[in-house]
Amino acid sequence: MTNSWVDIKNANLVLIMGGNAAEAHPCGFKWVTEAKAHNKAKLVVVDPRFTRSAAVADYYAPIRAGSDIAFLGGVINYLLSHDKIQHEYVKAYTDVSFLVREDFGFKDGLFTGYDTDKHKYADRTSWNYELDAQGYVKTDPTLTHPRCVFNLMKAHYSRYTPEVVTRITGTPQDQFLKICEMIAECSAKDRVMTILYALGWTQHTQGSQMIRAAAMVQLLLGNVGMAGGGLNALRGHSNIQGLTDLGLLTDLLPGYMTLPSEKEADYETYIEKRTPKPMRPNQLNYWSNYPRFHVSLMKAWFGNAATKENNWCFDWLPKLDKPHDVLQVFEDMHNGKINGYICQGFNPLASFPNKAKLVESLSKLEYLVIIDPLATETSEFWKNFGPYNEVDSTKIQTEVFRLPSACFAEDDGSLVNSGRWLQWHWKGAEPPGEAKGDSEIIAELFTRLRAMYRKDGGAFPDAILNLTWPYLRPKSPSPDELAREFNGKALGDVTDPKDPKTVLAKAGDQLDSFAQLRDDGSTSAGCWLFTGAWTSKGNMMARRDNADPSGLGSTLGWAFAWPANRRVLYNRASCDPAGEPWDPRRELIAWTGQKWAGVDVPDFKADSPPEEGMNPFIMNPEGIARFFAVDKMNEGPFPEHYEPMESPLENNPMHPDNPLARNNPAVRVFKGDKEAMGTAKDFPYVATTYRLTEHFHYWTKHAKINAILQPQQFVEIGEDLAKEKGIANGDQVRVWSKRGEIRAVAVVTKRLKRLDVEGKAVHQIGIPIHWGFKGEARPGYLANTLTPFVGDANTNTPEFKAFLVNVAKA
Amino acid sequence: MALQSLDIRARSATTTPLSSVRRGVEVAKLIDISKCIGCKACQSACMEWNDLRDAVGENTGSYDNPQNLTESSWTVMRFFETEPQGRLEWLIRKDGCMHCADPGCLKACPAPGAIVQYANGIVDFHQENCIGCGYCVAGCPFDIPRIAKKDSKAYKCTLCSDRVAVGLEPACIKTCPTGALVFGSKEDMIEHGNGRIADLKERGFQNAGLYDPAGVGGTHVMYVLQHADQPGLYALPNDPKISPLVSLWKGISKPIALAALGLAALGAFFHYIRVGPNEITDEDKESHDTTRPDRAQ
Repeated sequence: MTNSWVDIKNANLVLIMGGNAAEAHPCGFKWVTEAKAHNKAKLVVVDPRFTRSAAVADYYAPIRAGSDIAFLGGVINYLLSHDKIQHEYVKAYTDVSFLVREDFGFKDGLFTGYDTDKHKYADRTSWNYELDAQGYVKTDPTLTHPRCVFNLMKAHYSRYTPEVVTRITGTPQDQFLKICEMIAECSAKDRVMTILYALGWTQHTQGSQMIRAAAMVQLLLGNVGMAGGGLNALRGHSNIQGLTDLGLLTDLLPGYMTLPSEKEADYETYIEKRTPKPMRPNQLNYWSNYPRFHVSLMKAWFGNAATKENNWCFDWLPKLDKPHDVLQVFEDMHNGKINGYICQGFNPLASFPNKAKLVESLSKLEYLVIIDPLATETSEFWKNFGPYNEVDSTKIQTEVFRLPSACFAEDDGSLVNSGRWLQWHWKGAEPPGEAKGDSEIIAELFTRLRAMYRKDGGAFPDAILNLTWPYLRPKSPSPDELAREFNGKALGDVTDPKDPKTVLAKAGDQLDSFAQLRDDGSTSAGCWLFTGAWTSKGNMMARRDNADPSGLGSTLGWAFAWPANRRVLYNRASCDPAGEPWDPRRELIAWTGQKWAGVDVPDFKADSPPEEGMNPFIMNPEGIARFFAVDKMNEGPFPEHYEPMESPLENNPMHPDNPLARNNPAVRVFKGDKEAMGTAKDFPYVATTYRLTEHFHYWTKHAKINAILQPQQFVEIGEDLAKEKGIANGDQVRVWSKRGEIRAVAVVTKRLKRLDVEGKAVHQIGIPIHWGFKGEARPGYLANTLTPFVGDANTNTPEFKAFLVNVAKA
Repeated sequence: MALQSLDIRARSATTTPLSSVRRGVEVAKLIDISKCIGCKACQSACMEWNDLRDAVGENTGSYDNPQNLTESSWTVMRFFETEPQGRLEWLIRKDGCMHCADPGCLKACPAPGAIVQYANGIVDFHQENCIGCGYCVAGCPFDIPRIAKKDSKAYKCTLCSDRVAVGLEPACIKTCPTGALVFGSKEDMIEHGNGRIADLKERGFQNAGLYDPAGVGGTHVMYVLQHADQPGLYALPNDPKISPLVSLWKGISKPIALAALGLAALGAFFHYIRVGPNEITDEDKESHDTTRPDRAQ
């Protein structure tokens, strides 16, 4: 979230799209009801299904699964063509006046640089700004230049007329326009919209671009950086935010630093590529601090072994050939390239697409280690559970080791919530039986491996043997020790660069902020973004002061929010260029005459006066927010509608004559998975999978109370389709895709309406995910038996939200 | 289930004066259906606090689960898909005991002290006194009490009388994430409800209103309804009243019973004159008691 859960209460309009906050985040949803109660806010829900969020909404509109960019593109077009934008904000804080290179273009659904053989954008050099001799971006503040971002954007989205939007999304035109009107009201300086989204956007082959399109809407309205505004990702697990922050993704290092690629084999190239130069005069360009964060990380990992001479052990870092996301790993497993898999707190058989392929992949392993509090489906993939898991155990040789771990309530530690708050928690009970804490299990593994390397040597023992392991009990590092380590400490005295006689932190002290990190090896920090969480004053994550003097929910004494305890990101943008709040009732910070200060921690250089012209989006080297994403996205600088990989339409209505532009042109499809995709001829219905309030993923079916509340697998089918198919409410039905079949009870409902898309009727089927063959609830089929093995073109998050199935009475 | 013996206002099948030393405020639970997201956290909290575990049931084509109130499910969510104003609404009502001011169950109950009403308005079942006759089921205009198979006793929501007695809110209130459930004095709850109704009217629900039906003397569980003119949309009775059968039992039948009693006494007198004294058993005494007015009006 750019903002926080509590901040939702400051909104005038809440748009829930690509998510279902009331069902998937019922506790956080309370802040929507606060906005309605105290701010007379309206709630708008756009979703393929009339959800429990829609049940309490002021306005609901249906949409065809996977067509969100068409909808949002239409909103952008509406705002631009009706001149409902926050002009001063857009002019001052975004790239609208920036000129784009002359060789950039967009034709037939493809941007320049597409390689039709490789099915990707091999050359993205044209996706950039035009630079002057000093390396600064050329601009046209009059916004008349045909290649300024404003005019390119206007032209790009002028194609998304209300008629086109309705044809593609199936959203009735009057409903679409009503929502546009409500959104447009928030272009006023004193009216703010928040957007709440979740996996309903991320789980598409064009998910990242859906989110970008929403961000563009918010920028046009001047709602980013404002209390009650922003673009707010409601994270799906209680600590998935912490996972991302700590870099547990294929190409990341902690704090959103990145692993080197194969092409960046030397340290200088690596650092240079990540340390940008400012692209406009007087900009902060915060990533220029990259070396400080990186060196401090390597000191945290390798201690004295990391020296300037050995480039802080850069050579020990893996160099990536390509992303090794979960889909890639299972593809490699499927191809017999992986023989062992350690699976910690993860149930991939249930959570990843195309169960049949996953079972085949796991069956090719020599060994599988499961670290989990529960007996998961993955841990028993080899066992026959009748129709729910029809396998021949005698043909599976994989050896499975199950290491029972503690659950979150049986361990101290911190969880990072969607609002970036690191909140400390204390164990409520001891883990049962032989279960151990996760860090204890990993420590056991590590110390034994290290002993083996010490004794027997190995091809590459250095990183293992030199890893710092400074814990009091090496086989059981405490959560406190780990937290102090990620916060970071001074290894030598850290002095003030303005006055070297002033010591900011003495050697051995915990650091108070990442501003104290150095690139000379005198500091260490396991995750620079978390610096400030456990300072010399103690554990900031354990603070529980909910004092809120402004009433805006900026509770700086409650826990710790990264970065630097800041509650609203980009909050400098809540003030006009002169430093006055756009809306005095939403004053987060302001320029006092000497410095930036207020109820939030300024997201800015605190002593840079407005006349210096530094801009609010300090993480970008140009200091502004980008409508034109330059070369950062794999499928192009502007979001464009493409059909889901499995679509009821034969072509993309935006580009009916170009088959290359039917689906996301940058998507990665493995051999064999393309063949496993169905067409509308055999699989005429759009399916989407999702969660229900009564359950959390595949965990709570192991709990009796949750099993009582939602005991049995079902699918949701609209009344029209049910009638057509002769399915009565409560009937058993079978639902099948090209990859497999499930059986479930039919819930026939008014909440899924037939949509008219491109002149044809499109029916959507809802498939809740929570059942499986382990637990207290009635046994069921894994919903991912049906889903396609393909992901977003940037993140490779699987496309669970739009695919094709057929349905019949069982 | 809590025995708040010092502030009992009414007791089933009892004519002896009740001990009412304390005078608490009348409490009420307000269920705001327009804020309810049907998350069933209240159902879960009810199970946790009262140590209830129903069977793992099945899905029969709706989100309702358990599908009905049982001796182990004292509250359930009921989901209704409806289009009363031309657009789809998904109304979600938390069902459970309404804690009527004039409780039909208590009126109908023939077992002394099996059903009591506290001064704070909570209507509570005391299973140790319950004889499992099921009259409370017939007496309830909301179809709430359930007789357990295992012990033939009647069960229903207690409004967490044990928690309320020590100054806590009911478990469902504590857990509700959206504030759809609130608890306090009945007066405050009516005021809160009126604020919600004003808001709903501004949002286009012209017929929003409070459900606090007069036919049962008002209730200590009230609803804010978007369509108070159509309680049937939520499967609530339009004008709930105590069943005529209960009136029959307590009304017309009473003089007949008294006449029968008179005749019996006369018979007994002659029996006494002719045969001599007889042993009076406890059973006789009880059946004698049940013919008396159950409480002071």
